[in-house]
Amino acid sequence: MQSPTVTTRDMSFSQLRGEPAAVAAQGAEPKIKIRNLDFFYGSFQGLKHINLDIHEGMVTAFIGPSGCGKSTLLRTLNRMYDLYPGQRATGEILLNGRNVLDEGQDVNALRAKVGMVFQKPTPFPMSIYENIAFGVRLYESLSRADMDNRVEWALRKAALWDEVKGKLNQSGLSLSGGQQQRLCIARGVAVKPEVLLLDEPTSALDPISTAKVEELVHELKSEYTIAIVTHNMQQAARVSDYTAYMYLGELVEFGLTDEIFIKPKRKETEDYITGRFG
Amino acid sequence: MRAQRFQDALFHQLTRFFAFLVLAILVAILASLFYGALPALKEFGAGFPFSADWNPVLDKFGGLISVYGTLSTSLIALLVAVPVSFGIALFLTELCPPALRAPLGVAVELLAAVPSIIYGMWGLFVFAPLFADYIQPLLSGTLGQLPFVGVLFQGPQNGIGILSAGLILAVMVIPFIASVMRDVFEVVPGILKESAYGLGATTWEVVWNVVLPYTRVGVIGGVMLGLGRALGETMAVTFVIGNAHRISPSLYEAGNSIASTLANEFAEASSDLHVASLIALGLILFFVTFVVLAISKILLMRLQRSEGEKT
Repeated sequence: MQSPTVTTRDMSFSQLRGEPAAVAAQGAEPKIKIRNLDFFYGSFQGLKHINLDIHEGMVTAFIGPSGCGKSTLLRTLNRMYDLYPGQRATGEILLNGRNVLDEGQDVNALRAKVGMVFQKPTPFPMSIYENIAFGVRLYESLSRADMDNRVEWALRKAALWDEVKGKLNQSGLSLSGGQQQRLCIARGVAVKPEVLLLDEPTSALDPISTAKVEELVHELKSEYTIAIVTHNMQQAARVSDYTAYMYLGELVEFGLTDEIFIKPKRKETEDYITGRFG
Repeated sequence: MRAQRFQDALFHQLTRFFAFLVLAILVAILASLFYGALPALKEFGAGFPFSADWNPVLDKFGGLISVYGTLSTSLIALLVAVPVSFGIALFLTELCPPALRAPLGVAVELLAAVPSIIYGMWGLFVFAPLFADYIQPLLSGTLGQLPFVGVLFQGPQNGIGILSAGLILAVMVIPFIASVMRDVFEVVPGILKESAYGLGATTWEVVWNVVLPYTRVGVIGGVMLGLGRALGETMAVTFVIGNAHRISPSLYEAGNSIASTLANEFAEASSDLHVASLIALGLILFFVTFVVLAISKILLMRLQRSEGEKT
């Protein structure tokens, strides 16, 4: 694999230097603080002592080989693992200063605040309009007109409005794969979450749809905190501000994306991003 | 090469023969039913299914009582069995701890394997007395006091009748509907459910708004399977329905279904017209099940077409 293309951004790297790889302080209080996070699938430990900050209004990318725990990490942030018996997490994940791993945490309310988009497009078996309205209705009761506005707003955010405005009553399944995935993003955006988790959102998409989704991530980051898992390192380099490289359940290196891709501190990271891995 | 082609041709012919055999048998049954029912249909005309007469002494026959019994017991069975089955399937697929899942699933399936005569005996000797002593007074005291529907729950509280038959039928069809529902719920992609959970939906919201619409074709199929069984069930119904040729607004009253009438009277049918009338009842049952099946197919086609229009 050729070395990744990297965009140069005007950022100060100095403050990173000399700090532990795990914590990259960036002035403001981070949106999500992960402290000593361990995760278990039954007796298998999927995540080991993860310490990481996710910053507000930034895109944080998680890269690493399959099975390294990056999706698992994402799934702890909205406690999706709760659905499966035998999976548990210990440590702290502070969202706005509150530990979401607390027993008392209302997971439904948490998931409304921390939206998620999956590897494969998963439109619900209902119309395009209802796909968006469904999630909104769970937590808000809007008038018909307000709902119409919200649906349009979300579809515009996902750059899908122009393609579907004439057929909102058609089934969400009638859209193409790329459109379906943008519908899923619109659905996630519609409930106005604070954080958006993208779990390999483009792995099932063609290059053109991928480009659209990436553009979207770029647009959305001004209003949302985004965490994205990707197998595609160029994608991580293109869309993210911070990058975390994970391997075998451990966080190997975390820092500004430019830093990670231009001059990684760790040999393992360099091997992975330059394709010499394994 | 030639031998292979011959084998293929032989196989083709053989399988086609089997497939067409089914059709032939169906036509033959229908024809013989029709032929056997002809005297009754000639005597009583097209009004046969709508006449409430059933008098072997005077040789006057009509199908209304039995048809009413069949339809009302089946309807009661579905009204009770569908929500219960939905609950069972929902619990087994979404809420049940893994250790309990297999035993409970097997228990539901075993319920389907109990012979209907056992349900009949259990219904008559165990269920009916308890039903008469505890449930019927309770229903009369509550639902029976309501306007309009009250009359359904008044009458002789002896544990035998349309309502009892319907409830026994419900127990009998629950395993069919529940296991079909469970099977189709299980094929819903986990990622689809996660997407709904990911928006903050509760288990109920996920199942009601996402799982059920996704599986509705299979669910309707399961309900129809149960309905088919309820319409044709003979032994258990015969035990508890009371076997009286009466039609009454009360669900506590004894009645008769098509199948129970046939089971009771075939051996002792005195006149040719009586036998022909019984066969005519069989023909009606055949048509009722056929219509139910047809309606379900049309319903499914409509659903698919409305999806198609959206596509």
